[in-house]
Amino acid sequence: MDPAQIAGILKQGAVPTSWYLALSAVLFVIGVAGFVLRRNIITVFMCIELMLNAVNLSFIAFAHEHKQVSGHLFAFFVMVVAAAEAAVGLAIILTVFRNRSTLNIDEIDSLKN
Amino acid sequence: MEFLVITGVKLALILFIFMTALAYLQWVERKVIAHVQVRMGPSRVGPHGLLQPLADVIKLITKEGVLPPHVNKFYYLAAPFFAVFMALISISIIPFGTDITIPAMTIGGTTFGPYRTMMELADINVGILLVLALSSMGVYGIALAGWSSNNKYALLGGLRSSAQMISYELPLSLAIAAPLLTAGSLSLRTIADTQQGFYLGFIPHWAIFQFPAPQIFSFIIFMIAAFAETNRIPFDLPEAENELVAGFHVEYSSMSFAAFFMAEYANMVTVCSVATLLFLGGWHPLFPASLGSNFIAPLLLAGCGAVCLYHGLHPARPFDRYTLPAFAVIFFGLAGLMAFPPTVPILMPIFWFLAKLLFLLFLFVWIRATLPRFRYDQLMGFAWKFLFPVALVNLLITGFLVALAS
Amino acid sequence: MDPLFFLLFAFITVACGVNVVLQKHPISSALSLVAVMASLAVLYLLLGAEFLAMAQMIVYAGAIMVLFVFVIMLLNAGTEATRGRSWTATIFGIPAILILIGALAYFMQTGMPQLGSVKFGDFRGGGAYQVGYALFTEYLLPFEVTSVLILIAIVGAIVLARKELD
Repeated sequence: MDPAQIAGILKQGAVPTSWYLALSAVLFVIGVAGFVLRRNIITVFMCIELMLNAVNLSFIAFAHEHKQVSGHLFAFFVMVVAAAEAAVGLAIILTVFRNRSTLNIDEIDSLKN
Repeated sequence: MEFLVITGVKLALILFIFMTALAYLQWVERKVIAHVQVRMGPSRVGPHGLLQPLADVIKLITKEGVLPPHVNKFYYLAAPFFAVFMALISISIIPFGTDITIPAMTIGGTTFGPYRTMMELADINVGILLVLALSSMGVYGIALAGWSSNNKYALLGGLRSSAQMISYELPLSLAIAAPLLTAGSLSLRTIADTQQGFYLGFIPHWAIFQFPAPQIFSFIIFMIAAFAETNRIPFDLPEAENELVAGFHVEYSSMSFAAFFMAEYANMVTVCSVATLLFLGGWHPLFPASLGSNFIAPLLLAGCGAVCLYHGLHPARPFDRYTLPAFAVIFFGLAGLMAFPPTVPILMPIFWFLAKLLFLLFLFVWIRATLPRFRYDQLMGFAWKFLFPVALVNLLITGFLVALAS
Repeated sequence: MDPLFFLLFAFITVACGVNVVLQKHPISSALSLVAVMASLAVLYLLLGAEFLAMAQMIVYAGAIMVLFVFVIMLLNAGTEATRGRSWTATIFGIPAILILIGALAYFMQTGMPQLGSVKFGDFRGGGAYQVGYALFTEYLLPFEVTSVLILIAIVGAIVLARKELD
């Protein structure tokens, strides 16, 4: 994409849908990076939420693209599932912390070997 | 351009009136509680302590802001800002009257207007959801304040407040959902406008009386949950003095301490405005204009003026001879304004809205002066075992009645 | 106005997203994630999804993230212990991530040339009425299934928490 094209977009006042998709991709990659790099189990969990949000953004961008409300509903279901996941996940994290008093995922490895 | 100017004027007006009202709400609360407890209340600064809020503000501004060494500095300083920001921003979507039209006028050869504008900053079609979103974001301010203070009392207060606000948000949302079923819209202005009119010529069409599903139980559930959401007695566990010293704001002083109080009062005003709009018909009067509802305001204000004048003529204290007649003149002026025909269609909705709002705010103060505090397990048990099921059943019955009627 | 809003909030989203990963303390990460969600809600508004934007604020930022913050405060988890990172990981990892991001953005950009553009107000089908209507007609089965899922989640969370009490 050359600068002239970008200037045209800025003048026209409309954002290409692909920009939203690119933003979604960037967010997803950030989430993956955090998921791989971080050792705190809560932060890892938050990176999963970040990935889910990235996916939601592309769902809604496509809903706008096709002028249909279905994409919004997928995003809505993702949110609901994320809420359920957070409830159970945080309960598990609490239990793990009570039993092992650590949040470092490298140290929670009693199933290894 | 025109839009920007009008919005700027409205913004300045609302900000000024709202900030002054917040300061005076504190005065009203202290006075009302004092009179409930047969005391005088603030009475030194100005006549009847009317300048007390000003003195408080000056005191709080000039006080030294202490930054304790053991706190997490960034979040400690950011938390009160966050709390007050989230509390103040929701007033921008509260409509408090019908639209007004400023007639066209010619100044120096150029004609301005006519301008037509709504009595609110923004009318958005998901307004009620935005209020909910902002109130749920307000938890962060309190939770962060408690956590960053690095103090066990503050931390307990912050934890309590976040648990309490998450719990009471559910019955609050369910209680809001029930009148939305009859209103069929999420815009606050539209919701208030569906409550226009009267049954049999005198029973108002407000949501709490509305056919087919009177929302009286939703209103009660909403008010109970609202007390918990704003951390007011009997649900002020996050700042329970006898258990937690002062809860989440124990380490705060000066303006950041005042910010939490401002946030609390702003939240009270917002919650009461939402209750007025959703359940009490917004700016629609209690009885129709044909029965003389337009004369209530001037009569009330003129009555206040007459009482002031009488006591000014028979002064109990020496300075009453000058202060009370001055108040009488102000009251008579307001009464004249309320009775002046061109201003009636603009002022009457605002009067009715403010009357309902002030009644609900008085309820908050009244209950603070009357009820003791809950125990923490009672608080949680009440939310989950009583309020939540009742709100669900209420929503279900409302849904059935609306479906049967349609 | 549209591109300006998009660029501003896209920048906030990406900056706070990076901050989620880089911050050492979980509370900082959680608050950055809240900022990501709030700016995503603004982007949803630009895309005409007003109901979803508010649901994002209420459910994600207002409920799920409060739960995260609550748990972090409850556990009083300190900063993450850093271990000496290997130089090879730093040298190859950061460029690799940048290349991955760039490649993804590039293929998004070039692979879908037939995509249209987004202008605020083009799509008005994202209101509460439309979402609710679709939810209770076309998507009734998924809706009921998620309600069962939530019930299971509630029961699971209570079972996990009850084990603590015994």
